[in-house]
Amino acid sequence: MKDSKPLILSGLEPLVISPEANFVNVGERTNVTGSRKFLRLIQEGNYDAALGVAREQVEGGAQIIDVNMDEGMIDGKEAMVTFLNLMAAEPDIARVPVMIDSSKWEIIEAGLKCIQGKGVVNSISLKEGEEQFVYQARLIKRYGAAVIVMAFDEQGQADTYERRIEICKRAYDILVEKVGFPPQDIIFDPNIFPVATGMEEHNLNAVNFFKATRWIKENLPHAKVSGGVSNVSFSFRGNNTVREAIHAVFLYHAIQHGMDMGIVNPSLLEVYDEVPGELLTYVEDVILFRRPDATERLLNYAENVKGDRKTKTVDLSWRQQPYEERLSHALIKGIVAYIDEDTEEARQQLQSPLAVIEGPLMAGMNKVGDLFGSGKMFLPQVVKSARVMKKSVAYLLPYLEEEKKDGAAQARILMATVKGDVHDIGKNIVGVVLSCNNYEIIDLGVMVPAEKIVQAAKEHRVDAIGLSGLITPSLDEMVHVAKELEREGLQVPLLIGGATTSKIHTAVKIDPHYSAPVVHVHDASRSVPVAGELIGEGDFGARVKTEYAAMREAYLAKKTVKKLLPFAEARANALQLNWQEYKPVKPQLQGIEVFRDYSLADISAYIDWSPFFKAWMLKGKYPQLLADEKVGEEAAKLFAEANEMLTEIIEQKLLTARAVVGLFPAVADGETVTLKTWEGKDNVAFNFLRQQSSKAGGRPNLCLADYIAPQTSGRQDYLGVFAVTAGIGIEALISQYEADHNDYKIIMVKALADRLAEAFAELLHARVRREFWGYVPEEQLSNDDLIAENYRGIRPAPGYPACPDHAEKMILFDLLKVEENIGIQLTESCAMYPTASVSGFYFGHPQAKYFGVGKIGRDQVEAYAARKNITLAEAEKWLLPQLNYK
Amino acid sequence: MERVDIQAIVKERILVLDGAMGTMIQRYGLVEEDFRGSMLAGHHKPLQGNNDILSLTRPEVIKEIHLAYFAAGADIAETNTFNANAISQADYDTQHLTYDINVAAARLAREAADNYTAKEPHKPRFVAGSMGPTNRTASLSPDVNNPGYRAVSFDELKEAYKEQARGLMDGGADLLFVETIFDTLNAKAALFGIQELFDEQGKELPIMVSGTITDASGRTLSGQTTQAFLVSVSHVNLLSVGLNCALGADQLRPYLQVLNKNSPFFISAHPNAGLPNAFGEYDETPEMMGKQIEEYLQEGLVNIVGGCCGTTPDHIKVIADLTKKYSPRVTQTA
Repeated sequence: MKDSKPLILSGLEPLVISPEANFVNVGERTNVTGSRKFLRLIQEGNYDAALGVAREQVEGGAQIIDVNMDEGMIDGKEAMVTFLNLMAAEPDIARVPVMIDSSKWEIIEAGLKCIQGKGVVNSISLKEGEEQFVYQARLIKRYGAAVIVMAFDEQGQADTYERRIEICKRAYDILVEKVGFPPQDIIFDPNIFPVATGMEEHNLNAVNFFKATRWIKENLPHAKVSGGVSNVSFSFRGNNTVREAIHAVFLYHAIQHGMDMGIVNPSLLEVYDEVPGELLTYVEDVILFRRPDATERLLNYAENVKGDRKTKTVDLSWRQQPYEERLSHALIKGIVAYIDEDTEEARQQLQSPLAVIEGPLMAGMNKVGDLFGSGKMFLPQVVKSARVMKKSVAYLLPYLEEEKKDGAAQARILMATVKGDVHDIGKNIVGVVLSCNNYEIIDLGVMVPAEKIVQAAKEHRVDAIGLSGLITPSLDEMVHVAKELEREGLQVPLLIGGATTSKIHTAVKIDPHYSAPVVHVHDASRSVPVAGELIGEGDFGARVKTEYAAMREAYLAKKTVKKLLPFAEARANALQLNWQEYKPVKPQLQGIEVFRDYSLADISAYIDWSPFFKAWMLKGKYPQLLADEKVGEEAAKLFAEANEMLTEIIEQKLLTARAVVGLFPAVADGETVTLKTWEGKDNVAFNFLRQQSSKAGGRPNLCLADYIAPQTSGRQDYLGVFAVTAGIGIEALISQYEADHNDYKIIMVKALADRLAEAFAELLHARVRREFWGYVPEEQLSNDDLIAENYRGIRPAPGYPACPDHAEKMILFDLLKVEENIGIQLTESCAMYPTASVSGFYFGHPQAKYFGVGKIGRDQVEAYAARKNITLAEAEKWLLPQLNYK
Repeated sequence: MERVDIQAIVKERILVLDGAMGTMIQRYGLVEEDFRGSMLAGHHKPLQGNNDILSLTRPEVIKEIHLAYFAAGADIAETNTFNANAISQADYDTQHLTYDINVAAARLAREAADNYTAKEPHKPRFVAGSMGPTNRTASLSPDVNNPGYRAVSFDELKEAYKEQARGLMDGGADLLFVETIFDTLNAKAALFGIQELFDEQGKELPIMVSGTITDASGRTLSGQTTQAFLVSVSHVNLLSVGLNCALGADQLRPYLQVLNKNSPFFISAHPNAGLPNAFGEYDETPEMMGKQIEEYLQEGLVNIVGGCCGTTPDHIKVIADLTKKYSPRVTQTA
């Protein structure tokens, strides 16, 4: 049938079955009913070896893999699902389509839910009647599979030519007309029965199959024919030479008659032309029933043939290669079978387990990397290579441990795939390689939030942190982690790796946010030397910093300017508040108020506990969290301990809370807010920044100064400034806990001090609104409302998105004499010490809200530098993360 | 409004799909409160980044984006529902809103489409209900050490997709678009769920399917070649099959050629604006992308073309203008 439509199946690759294609053979060894070995492996749960059986089939030439788990002693459904899922992870096997073989519909359906390609169901039939047949066929079509239909109906299995064609015709008509099944996806199995059984009624078994096959191909358009070939030689079990000859001869004739595919063991199949002449004649006589004594003659002959088992055709020539080549082959092909023995040989030859990893194993993995990079390998294969690598390393581990005993003290490296990303192959490889090099690895896994990285880095006092990620958003997350590490004052070197990371991104985006060294590690093999140099004594870290800074400058010098609004246009699109309708309230407090020892008990009532739990990795909202099913108990315990320490702090006055707040007349001019003294003299000026991104939908380009009335409004406006700390006295506590080696208490006291500082800022803000400024004297808000910021006005802090320049703190600190009054110091980079401190501004306008300034252009920076009377370079230094140019 | 049959139009001219939704939303600089709106003000998890929820909380933004794409010349708008399935929404603990999000998103696109169809009756506009891949894979294990493990089952995916499709249909979508497929088994579950839904509703919509080639080997993330992918989804009578995302227009071309040779369905393509640079930004200009798309058109590779990540109304305008000069791919009926 020249115009017959092909049957097209797929695994990871397509398989086109058409008359032009040769006979397609289906691997049959992964069948518990046909292979005792496979059954035993499945019963023992030895799926590694069971997969080996499948691989052997594919390597031996099977174009489809038949999987059958119908055995009373095993849970067939579970075994089918487990095996198919495991097979999907083996690209060498999964490249071919799957044939789901079962007599139980529930196993077939479970199997269909596991295969991404277009497979074949083996089989359905009219045995249980038409209704069942139609039901199953409809679902198979919907799952997107082809189907084998057995020549079987309510009366039983077809064993004559007439019954075969009658059932196949009926089934075909139902499938095509009633179910709408694509005819080329229908495969008939017209029953292959044994020959040479000695029973007369079996003499024509093969011949009738051939005739039925031809009839189907001529009368049922596009339908295909298949069958289980080994059945035909059933009576010669144990005599493989004869069986293989029978298979070869049977297939030769069946294909002549139009058989498209068959379930065979391709490793146990003779080539028709190579069947010895005498045997060929006897077998052909039987198959074609050319003479009445054919069976007898073959049986006589068979007794003389010793069953010399044919050696398998799987190519094992690679086993002859030297061990380096064998390890490399195993890594590239993902073969674990020989990895232990090859690893052992390498270890003996190289005299060192580490040399095995750094030598042949890394060389092999580099090849894998190259092949992946050039598109010759794909991800699932690389995953398998990683497994082989792991297995080899696992074998070497005891030897490494032994060597380590007299090795130097270990450095500790924390590894994590950043939040939002689940890719960890690369990270795991680096982890393995490093741990093989005497580093202790603390692996936080995947999707790790910055807080957890910070916390673990502190808790384990690590010597370096490795961040990994594969997807592009991970790049931003890494920047975030670097910022968090900086904010938390960590000084641990950072290693950056993963497919989308690059040296340039690391230099431009990550490195500027972290004062400790940040190094991009191109691949796993680089991780060892880099870690060694970073943690070692030398000046590697400093050199990397310099190198990256140079790269960054070169890059920024080249980078094309991203479209921002010209500063003049951004200014023209400033927020225009209606000052006629709003009259600022004159503050009650006129000047500065200092609190040198504020009641910690009062402050503690304002604590927002949710971030406290978050700091301890207990996600959820307080107080519901305490009743949480999973973590509630732990949270409650932590909460109790925190309160215990808090009580201790309050009662024994272990910490001191101090604050200074000032309220001043203010007038805005562009982006500058000038404060006056209450006597009317010019005092200081704060310089804010304006958004320069182009805005949709009539949104303004915001600047904090927009919330303060300009001179032209005719209104007198005011601005508040404040600084609070709850960290006075914390060093003494920490050194006391350090002396006890009590890390838990160190973290606890820091977390509590941070919460107290935030609570103090909240409390003071509320008092400013009610009393000191007094624009809402009767405000009555619950703590929840405060946390949700359901109040009028904002308190942005320098260094945060609305006013990103940390340097403005210097002006604020001068104005309020912060260090003198309450003892907070500013570091060179304008970080506050103690860290449990908050400083910022109070804006009282009802429409004031938080926003981010985002990227700004050179025009604005120039204007900013001029206003502040500093050099452009100085301004750029402080605004670096904001700059969108050079 | 009377709907025109897209099957008839797609034979006559190349249809233009819209561009990126996320890229456009980013321009609005929305903050947490925007994502929450008044409706979810008290939600216990941060919602920023859950773009799909904006169809409920900032509908005017989404509609404005649809209008911008229609104004640029798009024939088909994709609804803002890429992650609006129960599995992805679970990240934000908003899975209970999945149906509502889809209904609302389809309605917004529907209003925008009807608006333009009324204005330009010679160029009717269509709404494709976007159904993304979810954040789980049905045929890959997320655990290297346990390759047989699956983080999601076929049935879970099927139910999630079915619920999404129901919302999209109820909201007035003209088409269902299973897109950015990186694991074909996920897509098969989607197609299964959609067909179950069609049976229940006694009504069918045309289905578009689009896969993603993720790396230089020309395979999907789950390892299938382009042709194997095509074979694996061909059991459903699709309106179109295509490729989108991951690669830029030029890298996508060889795989579109594979589809062109083998697909009995119409072919769609909506590539990214190039590959992301070292900073995760897409910087291919409309003109650069247009040049590459024009090669598709010259070769007659596509019937439906548009943009994925990083594309904007400016890109779509260039593409829409180009399509006027060329005739669509001729489908060999199998």
